[in-house]
Amino acid sequence: MTDLLITAIFHENLALTFFLGVCTFLAVSERLETAFGLGLAIIVVQTITVPVNNLIFSGFLVEGAWAWLGLPDVDLTFLKLIAFIGVIAAMVQILEMTLDRFAPVLYRALGIFLPLITVNCAVLGGSLFMAERQYDFAQSVVFGFGSGAGWALAIVAFAAIRERLKYSDMPAGLQGLGSAFLVTGLMSLGFSAFAGVGS
Amino acid sequence: MASNLRHVTAPLVQNNPVTLQILGICSALAVTTSLSTALVMSMALTVVLCLASATISLIRNHIPNVIRLIVQIIIIASLVIVIDELLQAYAFEISRQLSIFVGLIVTNCLVMGRAEAFAMRNPVWPSVLDGLGNGLGYSLVLIIVGSIRELLGAGTLLGYTILTPASQGGWFVPLGLMQLAPSAFFIIGLLVWAIRSHWVGQVETPKFSLKLQRSRG
Repeated sequence: MTDLLITAIFHENLALTFFLGVCTFLAVSERLETAFGLGLAIIVVQTITVPVNNLIFSGFLVEGAWAWLGLPDVDLTFLKLIAFIGVIAAMVQILEMTLDRFAPVLYRALGIFLPLITVNCAVLGGSLFMAERQYDFAQSVVFGFGSGAGWALAIVAFAAIRERLKYSDMPAGLQGLGSAFLVTGLMSLGFSAFAGVGS
Repeated sequence: MASNLRHVTAPLVQNNPVTLQILGICSALAVTTSLSTALVMSMALTVVLCLASATISLIRNHIPNVIRLIVQIIIIASLVIVIDELLQAYAFEISRQLSIFVGLIVTNCLVMGRAEAFAMRNPVWPSVLDGLGNGLGYSLVLIIVGSIRELLGAGTLLGYTILTPASQGGWFVPLGLMQLAPSAFFIIGLLVWAIRSHWVGQVETPKFSLKLQRSRG
């Protein structure tokens, strides 16, 4: 379990190794504070959606899930995309309403990011990896939290670097997007140095 | 017709979805370890993009504004499932290598972005052309990055040996880094630099300008 957690955070970081959620990663990393808020939101959403999707996947979609109804041949795995996206959208909506009701301060801090998360490929990617690697429920809780935490760690570190980068004097063509890519590449190289830790 | 053609040609290089609009980067980086996966992914995305644009544009006057995102996601997800099943049926090896990234076309911001920005407001034919153009622009970046990574990382292109590696008696030592994740970031970063050096209008204005002190002595 620990090695799964450590691998998900560092070596198999969703953003830096599998390039998931890079669009958001590049767009919402201009300021450290907003990056931190988005990172927090991702951890929360990921820790909830991956286990819930795991229950739905193993309970309804996987081949043989309907055997108790006398339908052992029904295989609904092809529906996993629509099911996962639906769960994620619903979860984000519920989370938004719950936060609004019980934690208005947190809601105001995370508010604008929550809708963004529905179409963030890191969240859908996490659930798809869970299905592909056939994690059980406990593993999917750990994987959900670990991958969310890894993504958050990456974007917070990246935003901190970018805040400094604004003051640097670089070639005009590299300004903005170009330098962001190169810095992400270097970070990815750094994170891959964790390969072997924990496994 | 000339104005319609512009929808296809503009996104190819000058208004490229990946290097200028920052759309669809996630998958662009992940599937480029070899040229064949890049090609299959490009085709899958272009087909989905064209069909999604056509469908959404066709029913754009009947979609209630409040639930338009959900409707778009459902349309795109259904198309992606069809493509995914087709790939598994006819190109199983490649579909295994592409792993979850075909499924991730659903949340690819490129498809959603074009649906939202173009197909919701324009008739069917221009929307299809816009989808085609953006799909081809995306494919162009994928093919360039994929060729560089496969050629320098393994000395092959589409599986055929171009540069004989040293292990087989040639002179070429494969660069292991090219097969790893960081190289994709580097190559796209350099590509952005090259494009922006040529089309200077795309350069982002720096948020803080440095005043160089030249009058020291």
